[in-house]
Amino acid sequence: MSNQMVKGNTAVVIGAMYAGCDCFFGYPITPASEILHEASKYFPMVGRNFVQAESEEASINMVYGASGTGHRVMTSSSGPGISLMQEGFTFLAGAELPAVIVDIMRAGPGLGNIGPEQGDYNQVVKGGGHGNYKNIVLAPNSVQEMCDLTMKAFELADKWRNPVVVLADGTLGQMAEPLVFPEKAIEPKNDKPWAVKGNAETMGNLITSIYNDFNDLEDFNFKLQEKYAKIEAEEVIYDEYQVDDADIVLVSFGISSRIARSAVDKSREKGLKVGLLRPITLSPFPVDRVKELADKGVSFISVEMSNGQLLADVQFAALRKDDTHLVNRMGGNLIELKHILAKIYEIAGIDDEDIDLSERSEEKASPNIID
Amino acid sequence: MSDNKNKDYELQVRRNPQSLLEEYPRKGTNIQSTHYCAGCGHGILHKLIAECMDELGIQERCVMISPVGCSVYAYFYFNCGNFQTAHGRAPAVATGISRAEDNAIVMSYQGDGDLASIGLNETLQAANRGEKIAVFFVNNTVYGMTGGQMAPTTLIGEKTVTCQTGRDPDYAGHPTHMCELINTLKAPVYIERVSLANPLKIRLAKYAIKQALTVQKEGKGYSFVEVLSPCPTNLKQDVASAQKFIEEQMEKEFPVKNFRNNLYTKEPVKRPASDFSTESLDKIFNVNRGEGTGYVDDEMEPVSIKVSGFGGQGVLSAGLTIAQAACAEGKHVSWYPSYGPEQRGGKSNCSVVISNETIGTPVVDDIDILIALNKPSLEQFSQDVKEGGVILYDAKIGEFETNRDVKVIAMPCVDIAEEHGNARTANTALLGALTELGDVLKRESYENAIREMFASKPKVIDVNIEVLEAGAEWIKNNS
Ligand SMILES: Cc1ncc(C[n+]2csc(CCOP(=O)(O)OP(=O)(O)O)c2C)c(N)n1
Ligand code: SF4
Ligand SMILES: [Mg+2]
Repeated sequence: MSNQMVKGNTAVVIGAMYAGCDCFFGYPITPASEILHEASKYFPMVGRNFVQAESEEASINMVYGASGTGHRVMTSSSGPGISLMQEGFTFLAGAELPAVIVDIMRAGPGLGNIGPEQGDYNQVVKGGGHGNYKNIVLAPNSVQEMCDLTMKAFELADKWRNPVVVLADGTLGQMAEPLVFPEKAIEPKNDKPWAVKGNAETMGNLITSIYNDFNDLEDFNFKLQEKYAKIEAEEVIYDEYQVDDADIVLVSFGISSRIARSAVDKSREKGLKVGLLRPITLSPFPVDRVKELADKGVSFISVEMSNGQLLADVQFAALRKDDTHLVNRMGGNLIELKHILAKIYEIAGIDDEDIDLSERSEEKASPNIID
Repeated sequence: MSDNKNKDYELQVRRNPQSLLEEYPRKGTNIQSTHYCAGCGHGILHKLIAECMDELGIQERCVMISPVGCSVYAYFYFNCGNFQTAHGRAPAVATGISRAEDNAIVMSYQGDGDLASIGLNETLQAANRGEKIAVFFVNNTVYGMTGGQMAPTTLIGEKTVTCQTGRDPDYAGHPTHMCELINTLKAPVYIERVSLANPLKIRLAKYAIKQALTVQKEGKGYSFVEVLSPCPTNLKQDVASAQKFIEEQMEKEFPVKNFRNNLYTKEPVKRPASDFSTESLDKIFNVNRGEGTGYVDDEMEPVSIKVSGFGGQGVLSAGLTIAQAACAEGKHVSWYPSYGPEQRGGKSNCSVVISNETIGTPVVDDIDILIALNKPSLEQFSQDVKEGGVILYDAKIGEFETNRDVKVIAMPCVDIAEEHGNARTANTALLGALTELGDVLKRESYENAIREMFASKPKVIDVNIEVLEAGAEWIKNNS
């Protein structure tokens, strides 16, 4: 087999390059730095552009400039850097510029630590900058998807002229799995009619988010909402595992969903009807599917490494709060299988003495892991 | 002259340069006049830049960046490609444009608040990288657009709405000298400060602008022109007093002169064309499309392996070798390192899961095979080894006992490694033992994995393969 063992962060760069990404701009931050390292190595090898920016504010604005020329461009970072980029996100959305931003989440708030977490969910999914805009958000849960969804992100960004975030976490960035390489590389045509390229054909074009006339800006805002509605209708992707006959449905994305999948297997061994709904697009969220399952009367467990941010979206989609549960870890701790199982058994009404929740895992708690 | 001729002549004189629009439809209303106040320097500077664009024949290549400030609407006027950007970020945006479109002539037009305050970092960094951009810096000593607040360039004693008794250096610092600051950097090609105080100075300003744009036309790098400019509205001046203020106060603080001109000596910065071919990418990523890809669905029980020890003992690479071997056989496999602290010499471990199906959690809590290279990790993880599992550890750790149904093997892996002249291959000796424990993966897969792992250090490949074999032999004879 010519599958290659590849780290998640490297897979992002592979996906980007096969998607025809021409420029990478970024600033170091653990646990996303490897994307920057790999981009600095591989982009120039094929004459493409790499700039180590002076800050994440600069990175995202370099993205704004390069995207405005119609080229496929990207940046990557982690929580503190993504926070700094929020100005850029809203300007990209306002100017309707395509861009791919990869967020390898770490634990917060503040500097937090470099352990994995999913606490950037709201900032990224709801759009952390000002104004009535949304990002498209893709959530890989394997190295293969780190590559494939990065490619997909470029396609969606161009199609909808909108920023697209690939939302992963430190674990997915660091782990290695076999990667089946993209079938072929995309050679971008750059025939975007709105781009400003510094040539005669595009002289009349303007990249801006300004609408001075209140009515014009209101119209633009309505137009954006129509676009988001179309995206919601056309682009929802989710993955299901043993959901059809399930009484209990775990909802989870990213690395949490991998552990949730193991919890499904374990519970099925005990004869419990448990399934996993994994949103691959967090924005647009698989609202309809959650509602369908809610109407069937399933119990939901949101399995997340954040403070119920995903749970809130599950409840909103299910149009109910009752019988929706939360299993979460924060602070850089991975979800542990036993926590998910304990909640499943509690809902199913069975005792399992083997599960000891009294101890917190020590293994991953490490001193001095702030970068 | 006939009336008609007179009109033609008048039009010729009044006509904007081609690089400025004749009317300003983007403005919406009153499209014949600009939005600038009477006597404002912005309008004059626009015209000078546009004249230079015309004269250099570069209009089509030009991209103008409008900042946030009174010139936020520069795109109403410039007849070329236009960007509008966030406050202070124009140099970063310019960098993006210029890197993506090497042939574009990128102009960043910024006020003193935009360039020297909120965007100072971007300004200096873009200058320091020598980006191929021309920066036009309008120094009017005040935040014009937001109603006359103090700017970084406000003079000592100058009154603004946020320093109402005059700028006091003890509280608000001193005026920022941008040309001087930028002149400390190596990369910029052209740096000049000009003044719009009177017609002669305006002509000199135009000369500097033309030089700055010639640097761009020839692709030579960064050029910076600071323009001392009147804001009669906020400084509450009439035309005469504005002129006086610039000449008698601003020019004293900000000397009008050329700071650097390397236009004639600097070589153009050449950037290669981007290559998007599958062929080139396959080459840099070593993709071999001849062989099949995907997964082989042989029946097998999933195996969970934990390799643990100190950072620097080759824990992570041993795990990766196992994973690589599994990958080459078309198995599903995940390798997950405890990340972060090992680089600083702490404990280190990685989990490897091998299966013929999609793998759930990559973190191994129930261990089938534990490989331990130091005592703390042996003690920590031995609890997690399943009934019927295996613990394989470096014999140097000493005695280890457990009353559970677990196979415990103390292996003199360091001795084996040393016998082959390289103590650093102890981890490989343990892998050798692994090849004989159960039949998860083939020995040759490990060998190939070692060849791949050490592709960049071919010298150590042979010794690792010898040690792998020796490890396998040892376990055959000792278990
Ligand atoms: C992030 C942000 N902060 C503040 C503002 C408000 N603002 C608009 S223009 C401006 C100052 C512009 O002054 P200057 O750059 O000197 O330009 P001038 O108007 O004098 O030409 C400020 C603070 C903004 N638009 N964005
Ligand atoms: S406020 Fe000052 S800088 Fe702004 S347009 Fe009026 S004169 Fe020009
Ligand atoms: Mg100003």
